[in-house]
Amino acid sequence: MTAAVEKQSHSHGAVVPESSRAEWFTSFDVNAFEVPSGREEIWRFTPMKRLAGLHTGVEATGSATVEVDAPAEVTVETVERGDSRLGAAGVPADRVAAQAFSSFTAATVLTVAKETKASAPVLVTVTGPGAGQVAYGHLQVRAERFAEAVVVLDHRGSGVYADNVEFVLADGAKLTVVSIQDWADDAVHVSAQHASIGRDALLRHTVVTLGGDLVRVSPTAAFADKGAEVELNGLYFADAGQHFEHRTFVDHSQANCTSNVVYKGALQGNDAHTVWIGDVLIRAAAEGTQTYELNRNLLLTDGARADSVPNLEIETGEIAGAGHASATGRFDDEQLFYLQARGIPEDQARRLVVRGFFHELLMKIQVPEVRERLEAAIEAELEAVGV
Amino acid sequence: MATLEIKDLHVSVATDDGAKEILKGVDLTVRAGETHAIMGPNGSGKSTLSYAVAGHPKYEVTSGSVTLDGDDVLAMSVDERARAGLFLAMQYPVEVPGVSMSNFLRTAATAVRGEAPKLRTWVKEVKAAMSELEIDPAFAERSVNEGFSGGEKKRHEILQLALLSPKIAILDETDSGLDVDALRVVSDGVNRFKASGETGVLLITHYTRILRHITPDFVHVFAGGRIVESGGSELANVLEAEGYVKYTGSQEAAGV
Repeated sequence: MTAAVEKQSHSHGAVVPESSRAEWFTSFDVNAFEVPSGREEIWRFTPMKRLAGLHTGVEATGSATVEVDAPAEVTVETVERGDSRLGAAGVPADRVAAQAFSSFTAATVLTVAKETKASAPVLVTVTGPGAGQVAYGHLQVRAERFAEAVVVLDHRGSGVYADNVEFVLADGAKLTVVSIQDWADDAVHVSAQHASIGRDALLRHTVVTLGGDLVRVSPTAAFADKGAEVELNGLYFADAGQHFEHRTFVDHSQANCTSNVVYKGALQGNDAHTVWIGDVLIRAAAEGTQTYELNRNLLLTDGARADSVPNLEIETGEIAGAGHASATGRFDDEQLFYLQARGIPEDQARRLVVRGFFHELLMKIQVPEVRERLEAAIEAELEAVGV
Repeated sequence: MATLEIKDLHVSVATDDGAKEILKGVDLTVRAGETHAIMGPNGSGKSTLSYAVAGHPKYEVTSGSVTLDGDDVLAMSVDERARAGLFLAMQYPVEVPGVSMSNFLRTAATAVRGEAPKLRTWVKEVKAAMSELEIDPAFAERSVNEGFSGGEKKRHEILQLALLSPKIAILDETDSGLDVDALRVVSDGVNRFKASGETGVLLITHYTRILRHITPDFVHVFAGGRIVESGGSELANVLEAEGYVKYTGSQEAAGV
């Protein structure tokens, strides 16, 4: 039962939920969750009617295609439900994630063996079940002790898809993940991504959402031991009518861990809607925590709406630092004026500003092919409205 | 030879209490080879003049005309004005995060020159111009004006002036916030720009100190939204000694 909670502001502008994130209900069993009405805190931004029944128990009518292109050092398995490794990185915290966990028929498990560095990025292409079809999925990426790898998840196609994605990082592992949601216009995708991060391990996780009717991605990072670090980055570009929702949660339960959350979005067109919820919980044991989260939204046209809610809960005073920032704004006329005053035509000036806005995040994507593709996708988005 | 001609210019700005007239009939002609200084107390409308000529959307021209070599500047967009040969060195240069100075300079030069400068000569040209202004080459890779000190921003304004070589340059309080060394470097940059004799400069300033580095041919006193007195460079000395009291009825020093 995910209790509906009212939120109230505290003096720094962040919101402290009445019910602590520490007390959230989680379960692998879909029936342990009530069917949400949409009024619950975690669903209140989501247009429930467009979920195509994912929250009310719709059964799979098709399946997504999962193709993996991996270098030889990475083991790729397709496993049945009930494989004991599944669920290791986290437990579903909402009914759709639990539905996906209760409904998938086969899971893909990728393993990078200990002290091994994958020689090339692992490319996982997930193609939706097709228009009007519903599918559930499960993927687990395991980075063993001191393993290093880059994994790109590329979601495309049509249909309705809910899944759980797990990242299990053992001590000293370094994993870079880019999850791209570049769906067709009809697609609905609800993805719970869970990370368990071992001692001194590092996860760099980037979500890129460019296409789909409704995309809701919830990345959760939990530290399994001390000294670990996580970066949760996100970049999204919503067009008319699209609903893109990202809900990050960093659970600091261990000492001396670091987290940095940076999500940036651009919106254009009528009823383009984005939501960013950034939960950070620093538990009593998590002394020496360093955390920062930032969300910025750029409204390129009228009629678009961006919601942005940072939630920071701190249960110990012995932290190294905690901060957050959130801002949503229109195009800065002063920036445009400055660029135009140097002879740069208005359309080109606008593009420079938007590219500049995303630049910091794109530079964090260390896979050149992916970065180039995203740069091209952003150009195409700008092209589309003649910005 | 380029001529900027401002005739009976009236400009308003929107406020909460409706439109407020700031410029009340400005007449001024700047020809190539001339340096004009506009001096005036705070709030006299000096900066409004520069922004209105550059085309800032906040300012509405209600009557009058501005022409550059006979072409109607007021009919042009902001970028068209720049490409026609007008340049405004801003008092508060704007930060553009994520856009590198080098990308910005090259994009601007491409727009103003009508074609992309050849990469090899361009790199040399930028390096030379930066070195003349004592700008560390590392700035080329930083975001436009982001985190720059006041002095660094002003040097970069003059860098753009050097690279875009306009016909007429308006320098809006370029001297404000500069220490003695930076004032010298920036003034030298403006003097290099003037040296060809084929460009005009309109220098807007509150204080006389920059006029010791850049000698004006004409000095105009600006008060109450228009030019109230014009003279040669000797007028600056009078202003330094007497301030603007004669024009405003209140004490405000023009000297440093």
